[in-house]
Amino acid sequence: MSAQAPVKMKSEAGLLDIWNRLRKNHLALFGLVIVVLLVFFAITADFIAPYRYDQQNLMKAFESPSKEHFFGTDEFGRDIFSRIIHGSRISLQVGMIAVGIAVVFGGLLGSVAGYYGGRIDNLIMRAMDILLSIPSILLAIAIAASLGPGLYNMMVAVGISSTPQYARIIRGSVLSLRGQEFVEAAKAVGSSDTRIILKHIIPNCLAPIIVQSTLGVASAILTAAGLSFIGLGIQPPTPEWGAMLSGGREYIRDYAYMTIFPGLAIMITILALNFLGDGLRDVLDPKLKR
Amino acid sequence: MENKKLLLDIQDLTIHYITESGNVHAVENLNLTLEHGENLGFVGETGAGKTTTALGIMGLVPNPPGKVMGGKILFEGEDLLKKSERQMRDIRGGKIAMIFQDPMTSLNPVMTVDKQIAEMVLLHNDVTEQQALERAQEMLELVGIKRERAKDFPHQFSGGMKQRVVIAIALACNPTLLIADEPTTALDVTIQAQVLELMHDLRRKINTSLVMITHDLGIVAEMCDKVAIMYAGKVVEYAPTEALFNRPTHPYTEGLFNSIPDLEKDEEELKVITGLMPDPTNLPSGCAFHPRCPYAADSCSSEVPAMLEIAPGHFAACPVRAGRWAKTEAAPAEVKS
Amino acid sequence: MNPNGQPIVEVNNLKKYFQTKKGMLHAVDDVSFTIRKGETLGLVGESGCGKSTLGRVMIRLLDATSGEVKFWGEDILKYSSGRMKAMRKKVQIVFQDPYSCLNPRLSVSELIAEPLVVNKVFSSSAERVKKIRELMDTVGLAQRLVNSYPHELDGGRRQRVGIARSLALSPEFIVLDEPVSALDVCIQAQILNLLNSLQRQFGYTYVFISHNLSVVKHVSDRIAVMYLGKVVELSDYRSLFVEPLHPYTQALLSAIPLPKFGKKRDRIILEGDVPSPIEPPEGCRFQGRCLYRQDICKEKTPELRELEPGRSVACHFARALVPARGQ
Repeated sequence: MSAQAPVKMKSEAGLLDIWNRLRKNHLALFGLVIVVLLVFFAITADFIAPYRYDQQNLMKAFESPSKEHFFGTDEFGRDIFSRIIHGSRISLQVGMIAVGIAVVFGGLLGSVAGYYGGRIDNLIMRAMDILLSIPSILLAIAIAASLGPGLYNMMVAVGISSTPQYARIIRGSVLSLRGQEFVEAAKAVGSSDTRIILKHIIPNCLAPIIVQSTLGVASAILTAAGLSFIGLGIQPPTPEWGAMLSGGREYIRDYAYMTIFPGLAIMITILALNFLGDGLRDVLDPKLKR
Repeated sequence: MENKKLLLDIQDLTIHYITESGNVHAVENLNLTLEHGENLGFVGETGAGKTTTALGIMGLVPNPPGKVMGGKILFEGEDLLKKSERQMRDIRGGKIAMIFQDPMTSLNPVMTVDKQIAEMVLLHNDVTEQQALERAQEMLELVGIKRERAKDFPHQFSGGMKQRVVIAIALACNPTLLIADEPTTALDVTIQAQVLELMHDLRRKINTSLVMITHDLGIVAEMCDKVAIMYAGKVVEYAPTEALFNRPTHPYTEGLFNSIPDLEKDEEELKVITGLMPDPTNLPSGCAFHPRCPYAADSCSSEVPAMLEIAPGHFAACPVRAGRWAKTEAAPAEVKS
Repeated sequence: MNPNGQPIVEVNNLKKYFQTKKGMLHAVDDVSFTIRKGETLGLVGESGCGKSTLGRVMIRLLDATSGEVKFWGEDILKYSSGRMKAMRKKVQIVFQDPYSCLNPRLSVSELIAEPLVVNKVFSSSAERVKKIRELMDTVGLAQRLVNSYPHELDGGRRQRVGIARSLALSPEFIVLDEPVSALDVCIQAQILNLLNSLQRQFGYTYVFISHNLSVVKHVSDRIAVMYLGKVVELSDYRSLFVEPLHPYTQALLSAIPLPKFGKKRDRIILEGDVPSPIEPPEGCRFQGRCLYRQDICKEKTPELRELEPGRSVACHFARALVPARGQ
C-alpha cells in the first residue's frame, strides 16, 4: 500500500454515482442538455416545425430572418428554421445508425481478434489497419460513390469507415480482460467461449464503447455533412445540414444566413457531443483502472 | 508530556478522509512515542490506519480528501504539523525517510540507480554532483550491491535488489528516523530474509531509528524493540516486544496471535475473531473493538477506553483485560496523554 | 485432513513449457505425484516455482506440454472437450485474488449460479435459487447479500463467494490457488477454518497452493516443495518441518520470521536471486544458491527419490547433510 489515500469507495459503478459525477462537469451537462434537445426536435419535428421542410414559396425566396421565418428562407422560399429542425432527425439517424453499424461489426471483429489472438488476431487487425490507413472521409466517399447516392447508403459508408476504430478499442479491452481471473473461473466451470465473450467480457468493456460512441456520433455527423456537401449522400430536398451548407454556398455573399444557421447547427451539435463524450470518459474510464 | 529525550512523540493525532460516502476516521486520537535508537513495530491489518499515520508524520496525507483534524507530531521536540511545506521538504529524506512496499513503483525506471541515490543526496546537502555520486557508491556497497551495478537501471534488478536500492536512497542522508511501510511484503520469503538481515546489519552500523509498519508479527519479533498494535485508527496496545509476545493483553492482540497458524504445534481449528473490521465512516460507539470482542462488558459500548499502564512501559486500551497478568489487585494507572 | 483410501489423482511426468522470446520457459518440469481421496496436498514455493501453473495444468485450465494427469485412473489430458466439460463438475478451482476472480457486473447469486446455468444442472430457476441459498449458508455468507455486487463486499466475503461458486457442482477435487494470500490475517484464519470444516463435512480432496508455509502446514497432510518447476521435496507435513531434507526446504523454513519472542536462530541466507526458468541449465536447479553444492550437482539433475515411506527428496546428498533446525 503505497502513498495513496487508503479509502475504500463504497460504490464503484452505480448509475446514480455516474450521474452525480457527470453533473459536476458543467460542460458535459451542457452537452447532455443539447443532445436531449436535439433528440426532442428529431422526434417532434413534424409537430414543432412551423413549416414543412419542402414547402416552397418562390415569392418569399431569400428573405432575411424575421418573425415569420426565424432563420429566413432559402432560394426556394423554404423556411430554413423548419429545415434545420427536420435536419436534426437526419443527422441523429445518420449518427446513430452509422455508429451502430460500426459498434456491431467493430465489436464482433475486435472481440474475436482480442480473445483468440494469434493468427486470427493478426488477420483481422491487419485488415483493420488497411481500412484505417485510408483517410476516413476518402473511404466514405469511395463507398458512397460505389453504392450510389442516398441517405441509407451514406450511413453504411460512414459506418464501415468507422469500424476499425471500434475494433481496435474493443480488442484492447478484451485483451486486458481475457487474462482476468474471473474469465478463468468461467472457463473452469465449463463456459463456452461465446458465453464468456458475450456475458463476461463485453459487459465489462462498455465504458470505452460508450465514450467512443458518443464521440463517434459527432464524427459521423461531420462525415455525413461532408459527403452531402460534395453531392454524395442525400438528395434534395432532404434537409441535411451539410447539404444546406453546400446549397447556400453560392449565395454566401448576399444571403450569409443560409450558410450560417446550418453551420451553427453542425457546430453546436458536434461540440455538445464532444463535451458529453469527454465528460463520460472522465467519469467512466478512471474507474476501470483499479 | 513533552520530553526532549523522545525522538518522536505523537499526541492525540486525528486524521480523517472527507469523502462523498462519509468521513473516514482513519486515525483517531493516536498516541505514540519513540526514543532515539529504538525500533518500533507498528502492527495492524488493512484499514487500521498505519499508513495514514506514517503519511501524517511525513506530511504526505493527500489533501483533499485527507485532513489532519488535530493533535501534535513532535519530532525532536518540534511539532511537524506546524511546519511549512518548505520546511517539511527539508525534513523529508533529510531527517525522516520513508520506504514503501512495492519496489517496482518506488524507483524511477528511466534513471540509473546511482543517480537516484545521488539525487537524494543533492537535495539535502550542499555538495557537487561528483561527491553525490561517490556517496551513492558508498550507499550501494553498504546495502550489498556491487559497484559495477551502479549504472544499471531498476528493471535490471530483481525485487529484493530493488528494495535494497530503495533502502540505500532512504539512508543516503543519514536520517534520524526511517519509516518502512511493509517493506518486505511484496518479496519472496528467502529474499525477505536477505532484506531483513540487511536491515539488521545496518542497524549496527547506522544510528537510525526505525518505525516498521507490518502485519507480520514474526518480523516484529525479530526486528523491533517496541510494538504498537493498531485497530480502527487507534493504538490499542503498546509494549516492549517481549512483554507483547509473552503477555498480550488487549483482546485484539490476542486474536491476532490466535489467527496465525503455529509452525511448532498442530492445531485443528484456529481461534478466530468473528466479524470484520468496522466501517471507518461509522465506527462503533465506545471501544471500536467491542462488537467482536469475546470479553466485552456492558460499559465497552459506551465508554472509549483510555490507555492503561498495566506494567512499566506496557499499555493497553482495555479496562476489562487490563488486570490479566497482574499478580496483585492494584488497579492499573491511567495514563494522561 | 482426513486421508483415506484410494489415490484418486495421479500426475506423471507432467511438463508445461512456454515459448518466449528469450527461449523456452520451463514452468513445470517433469513433476510426478499421487493424491489420495480426502487428502490435502500442499504445494509450496516462491514466485516462479511453477506451483500456480501446475495447479492450472492439473485441471486443464492450461494445456500441458506433455505428461499425464489421471483422475480416477483416466488421463484427462486426453479427454475430448465434451468429456472434459463433464469432468469439470468434479474438478474445481478457487482463485487467489478476490478482487479479480469475480465478474464485477454480476451479483452474488448470478456468480454462484454460473456453473449451474452453464451445466444445466437444474431445470427450474426455483431449484437453482434454493441451491444458491444453500451454498451461501455453507460458506457463511449472509442471505441478505444475495443481490450484492463484488465491489460492495470485502475481500473475505468475496473469497467466500468464490468458494461457493466452486462448490456449486459438488466437486470432489478442488485446487486452491493461494486462497488466503490476499486476505488480512484475521479473515485468513476464518477462511482456513471454513476450508477445513468443508473438507471434514464433504470429504473434498484439496491441492493447496501457497507461498506461506505456516498456512500450508495448517491445512496440508503432505507438502510438496517446488523450485523452478520441479518438486524438490515431498513429505508429510510434520516431518517436513521437523526434519527438512532438501537444502532449499531448509533455507525456506529458516527464513520464516517466527512470531515468538527470543527465538533468534541461525538463519540460512541464500545468496543471490532465484534464477530464470527460461532455458535452465543441466544439473540441479538449486545448485547456484546451494551451500553444499559439489561438482556432480552441476552435471546431473537429481531425481525425486523416496528415502523412506512418505518422504521423497531430489538431492544427491539428502540425509548426508546436517539439516538446519526448522525452528
